[in-house]
Amino acid sequence: MDLSYTPEQDAFRAELRGFLAENLSERVREKVRLGKRLTKVEMQDWHAMLNARGWLAMSWPRQYGGAEWDAVQRQIFEEEACRAHAPRIVPFGLKMLAPVLFKFGTEEQRQRFLPPILSGEHWWCQGYSEPGAGSDLASLRTRAVREGDHYVVNGQKTWTTLGQYANWIFCLVRTDPDAKKQEGISFLLIDMNTPGVTVRPIVLIDGEAEVNEVFFDNVRVPAENLVGEENKGWTYAKYLLTHERTNIAGVGFSDAALVTLKQVAAQTMAGGRPLDQNPHFAARMAQVEIDLMAMRTTNLRMISAAAKGQAPGVESSMLKVKGTLLRQELSALLRRAVGPDAMPYLPDFLDGGDNADPLGPDHAPAAAPGYFNMRKLSIFGGSNEVQRTIIAKSALGL
Amino acid sequence: MDFELNEDQVMLRDMLRRFLNDRYSHEARRTVLASGQSYDTGLFSDLAELGILGAVFAPEQGGYGGTGTDMMVVFQELGRAGVIEPVLGSAVLAGGLLAALDADGHSALLQQTIAGETILALAHSEPQSRYDLGHVTTRASAANGQFVLNGAKVHVLNGAQADMLLVSAREEGGPTDEHGISLFLVPSTTAGVSCTGHLNVDGTSSARITLDAVTVDQSQRLGQPGQAHAALEAAHARATLALCAEALGAMEVAKALTVAYLQERKQFGVPIGSFQALQHRLAGMLIEIEQARSAVINLAGHLEADRLTRECHVSATKNLIGRVGALVAEECIQMHGGIGMTDEYALSHYARRLVMIDHIFGDVDHHLDRFIAFSGGSETTGENANAG
Ligand SMILES: Cc1cc2nc3c(=O)[nH]c(=O)nc-3n(C[C@H](O)[C@H](O)[C@H](O)COP(=O)(O)OP(=O)(O)OC[C@H]3O[C@@H](n4cnc5c(N)ncnc54)[C@H](O)[C@@H]3O)c2cc1C
Repeated sequence: MDLSYTPEQDAFRAELRGFLAENLSERVREKVRLGKRLTKVEMQDWHAMLNARGWLAMSWPRQYGGAEWDAVQRQIFEEEACRAHAPRIVPFGLKMLAPVLFKFGTEEQRQRFLPPILSGEHWWCQGYSEPGAGSDLASLRTRAVREGDHYVVNGQKTWTTLGQYANWIFCLVRTDPDAKKQEGISFLLIDMNTPGVTVRPIVLIDGEAEVNEVFFDNVRVPAENLVGEENKGWTYAKYLLTHERTNIAGVGFSDAALVTLKQVAAQTMAGGRPLDQNPHFAARMAQVEIDLMAMRTTNLRMISAAAKGQAPGVESSMLKVKGTLLRQELSALLRRAVGPDAMPYLPDFLDGGDNADPLGPDHAPAAAPGYFNMRKLSIFGGSNEVQRTIIAKSALGL
Repeated sequence: MDFELNEDQVMLRDMLRRFLNDRYSHEARRTVLASGQSYDTGLFSDLAELGILGAVFAPEQGGYGGTGTDMMVVFQELGRAGVIEPVLGSAVLAGGLLAALDADGHSALLQQTIAGETILALAHSEPQSRYDLGHVTTRASAANGQFVLNGAKVHVLNGAQADMLLVSAREEGGPTDEHGISLFLVPSTTAGVSCTGHLNVDGTSSARITLDAVTVDQSQRLGQPGQAHAALEAAHARATLALCAEALGAMEVAKALTVAYLQERKQFGVPIGSFQALQHRLAGMLIEIEQARSAVINLAGHLEADRLTRECHVSATKNLIGRVGALVAEECIQMHGGIGMTDEYALSHYARRLVMIDHIFGDVDHHLDRFIAFSGGSETTGENANAG
């Protein structure tokens, strides 16, 4: 047992900290800290900044421009980035598509698709879910029919995160309607500028359109955009889902949220004393902090097992459930701490308007929208109910 | 013991539910909000014409109801429909205060309010007051038989739509003294009053109001000098009942939408309502909603009790509603999956209202503190009360 980091890891952390302090603009930091909405350009700039340093593709092999960080380094990065109020990394190309291309793509596909992910030329989104296929993803119906050297795609995807900014989408499509439902699915890469692709925004409970519907109407996709074998897409998708879940605990986000919460609670007066001295509120904060301390170690335990080559399995389901509950609880506490000032809905302020008045403290306007937005954590990436079923089956043998 | 509504109350409920079913669709509500209006003025007039505002006033105040149960009946229905029109702010809170303090002197204004022709707003909360009713730093300085008001008010329900403001201001005492607070009637067009309206997260509207050397006449003071705290507290007790009943109505609909969706939505070839994991949670939620109903009934039955007993019930009910409201909002969204998070679907609007209700008139922790402080000195269980 040894809970300390190695000197190399400490040095790595210090290097990251210095880099972030030097390169991240105060404006973006402030926006992230206050829960404001980032523009497409701000997200792209963040990617470019990391890419210039060779840190954007943190787990990719070096030969493809990656940093080859191990799981502990990636965790340290997440902690430091959150601590510095950096934007989140848009994961779809970097952390979802790339691992599939490394494992199942051709070298040609890697050469073609990986560099534009790094340069920012391609912005990917994830086209899995459909109106009728959520938890039961394998029931998806978007059809791809082979016609010569093309697939013709018809159907609809939904909940496509940041699809409004994307120019490429990786999709699960049905190529064999007669096979068992998991066996007729293929993994297809689609240029969203192809005729017949329509993107329609979906406004969510926080007033923001972060997800979209994507419609395919006779979209012709070159057959070379098929990843791996036809009708084997489900295997690739499952592989990708485990990758999606490795970072799902979001400990860095929770750490940063706790810091903000404590600051707000110390600044906020309630009944003649700072809120952090109200015994009920102090108890609630302490409870989450205690959970988070254990969560940090749970996360590291599972990460170091993964670093020793044990594939993330049921552990990632546990991290997902507990990690998302903590983040949701933290967002609920922030909303409460803000009190009546959480009521106003101020889209101009949230959009970063320089002259927009927060009406109360500047941390107030995003508190309620942020809380509502966090409801998504227990729904996507395999809902928490689905994760519990996995845990019951795989870990408990029930 | 009788937990039934009387005949008039049943009629009121059925009439209001029919009216709102016909006229108040989720789409219509979204259209109003999207157009930048804070509410549908025509619909508000129609509600007044139906007598809905009169139902929250006692006969001697110019209404025909005003009991706790009347309020419960009305607001449960308003909550079911997600009504954003200013019944709470104008009629119950500001109107109730006006009626309690000076029904005779201002009967014309009260009549116009009940008729929906005049909108009243209580300008009481301040940037630093949070949920503390006694926290007033806006000053009322006497000069030449008049008063000059200076200060800032926030979260004024429908403040930007109001014709007449009830402004709380301090004549004497420190910032949080209960004694020394007075209420003044201030037409919103008075020189020195400036008002910035804004939308709230739940679709309701409020305003920030600054008072810059606003001069008012002696006659615009309501009630006894410096004695407004007790009336403010009593008016907030009634408004809290209204708000909690509204939450109960919203919970009922959120639950109904979820039950219907669980029966209709299929995944893995079966309705998701057939999964026991979801059934148990819905069952647990139903139990909590019944607790919420009882809590609202408890408060309705103690509105006219002595102050300590009443306030004990205010805090008990508001605390419980805050907890159950968040639970229902979160669980219903979760059980819907992605669709529960969309603006287009009604559930997310009920969820927003349910959660934000905890930010109005005191949250779970605020009322937990108050309950602890009050319950030592009162008997909250066992005694009889008349809900009316
Ligand atoms: C903000 C947001 C962003 C998203 N981004 C993307 C994206 O970029 N790309 C993409 O492809 N998808 C995305 N999704 C979709 C997400 O993956 C789905 O919402 C998720 O798979 C759940 O599906 P559903 O919403 O259809 O809910 P359903 O599957 O219909 O589930 C409804 C409820 O039933 C429960 N349930 C379902 N099956 C079971 C069961 N067997 N046992 C017990 N309970 C069950 C669920 O847990 C949930 O509570 C996003 C979703 C959201 C909300």
